[in-house]
Amino acid sequence: MNNLIVYCEIDDGTVVDVSLELLTKGRTLANTLGCKLEAVAIGSKLDKIGGQVFPYGVDVLHLFDDKRLYPYTSQPHAAILVKLFKEEKPQVALMGASCIGRDLGPRVSSAAGSGLTADCTQLEIGDHTEAKEGKTYHNLLYQIRPAFGGNIIATIVNPVCRPQMATVREGVMKKAIYDENYKGEVVKHDVSKYVSDTDFAITVIDRQMTKSKINIKSAPIIVSGGYGVGTKENFKLLFDLANLLGAQVGASRAAVDAGLCEHERQVGQTGVTVHPKLYIACGISGQIQHIAGMQDSSIIISINSDPNAPINSIADYVITGKVEDVIPKMIKYYKKNTK
Amino acid sequence: MQPQNKLNSMSLKIIVLAKQVPDTRNVGKDAMKEDGTVNRAALPAIFNPEDLNALEQALRLKDAYPGTTITLLTMGPARAAEIIREGLYHGADGGFLLTDRAFAGADTLATSYAISMAIRKIGDFDLIIGGRQAIDGDTAQVGPQVAEKLKMPQITYVEEILGVKEGTITVKRRLEHGVETVEGKLPLLITINGTAPECRPRNARCIQKYKYASTPTERKTVEPAFPELYENRPYLNLTEWSVADVNADPKLCGLSGSPTKVKAVESVVFQAKECRTLSDSDSDVESLVKELLGNKIIG
Repeated sequence: MNNLIVYCEIDDGTVVDVSLELLTKGRTLANTLGCKLEAVAIGSKLDKIGGQVFPYGVDVLHLFDDKRLYPYTSQPHAAILVKLFKEEKPQVALMGASCIGRDLGPRVSSAAGSGLTADCTQLEIGDHTEAKEGKTYHNLLYQIRPAFGGNIIATIVNPVCRPQMATVREGVMKKAIYDENYKGEVVKHDVSKYVSDTDFAITVIDRQMTKSKINIKSAPIIVSGGYGVGTKENFKLLFDLANLLGAQVGASRAAVDAGLCEHERQVGQTGVTVHPKLYIACGISGQIQHIAGMQDSSIIISINSDPNAPINSIADYVITGKVEDVIPKMIKYYKKNTK
Repeated sequence: MQPQNKLNSMSLKIIVLAKQVPDTRNVGKDAMKEDGTVNRAALPAIFNPEDLNALEQALRLKDAYPGTTITLLTMGPARAAEIIREGLYHGADGGFLLTDRAFAGADTLATSYAISMAIRKIGDFDLIIGGRQAIDGDTAQVGPQVAEKLKMPQITYVEEILGVKEGTITVKRRLEHGVETVEGKLPLLITINGTAPECRPRNARCIQKYKYASTPTERKTVEPAFPELYENRPYLNLTEWSVADVNADPKLCGLSGSPTKVKAVESVVFQAKECRTLSDSDSDVESLVKELLGNKIIG
């Protein structure tokens, strides 16, 4: 009771990365809280899920296995979580800020009358005093996220309602095996007690899923462009440099919104979080929501015509100049010095 | 979109959820005050971009199914009446503004409660369409929460409405790794992705028709040029609803109805690193490339 629960998203019989990352974070938080880590898997043919999640330190795995539960639709999964939360009374519930988590989380939070914070970039445990009531709440989940287009960082708490719910994007937390031999308990639930036929109101008639060809998450070098790159032609220069360096091309939200680059390449709070050894930021001013997604890069080079661009303050090297002048020079001197 | 058989033509009653948001994409240097709070006055207020994508989908349904009506619903301060007017200029048929001090400070849960009560007040509808998320919070929560409060199905991340036939809607969803086609029986709520087509421009005829449309609060603030208009043309009188008007419980609205509390807000200060500043000269760029190669960062 009052444990920490992680909703595990399943793709074709495999728990997806963001859920494993949350199990890793959840294990740490559960240790701080002195409670158990529970996982929920909802879908079809879930026999192999236990083997996948127990090494992450899961104490209890709840299984809801029914062929109607895969592929995901909102209401059956929400109905299961709402009833399970009533029974188990978890103090914290975490899910990925994926298309599924962002569809499911709010629906569950509304039914549970409980607060939900989207796209957290940090989760911590701490106390909170409500000044008005003069009451102190202990061991709350601090849900930390950039807000207001990334101009501020807010710490959100849910003093009273349970569970305290949060979503986190893929790549923000790091997944790590807790103990290869960790053994937890499996609880198989009777799905018919949780879901009614009317919950199957939406029918998936076709799915065309492709493994994305663009994968910037684990790229060792990223050449990233912002609004300051200006044009699609200039963006091509970034691709030229990236091809030469064996790098991937990333982008800021402003560049994606302006149509300079596809959304799959967006780095930041509402895009992908990256940890490359080299991040070359071209014409990126450096709003928090971008920096939240790349600040752990080992080395950051900022190329910007504005010497006072905020991103320069976290950069290791700042080149003051136009992207379209500097990138061709980098290409030229890279070629010259690697002959 | 394939209009259905004309003999079997069917009109829809659509509610479009829209929000007025500060334009966080164009934040200038004066957007933050000295004390680290947001200077809202320095930010232009705009129609939330994905809500415009949602409005376009509604307008396409109206084109395909004659007799369809579009009602806008928004919540905000008195000036959010601009959202209703903007929607009317694009081709909507009417709208309601939820405005009351008691709605202020609402998190997504309290917001969705207020909106769901207003939808109950509107009563008769087939389809609710909203943008996937608003650019000031990016939470994407209000849509699903409204659907849950109304106990109806939801379909999020919709890129295209393929059609409506015999009370069943078919849509294409754009997900991280692909596309899903799903269907469901009306009434239900859908949220529209920014990858959906942009909203058509304002319609000159609609601008003519609605340019004097205003709320009672607006007419109290600024004396209207033609006061008699509002009696002769009731469609120019935009309706404002308070907490009481939509039979909402004040305890569930605004700050008091919000389970999440903001514990702390920091404006962002970066830990300055040791940094080398270079010019864009050939010699500076070459020395940097050589250094990166020497340290095996690249190459």
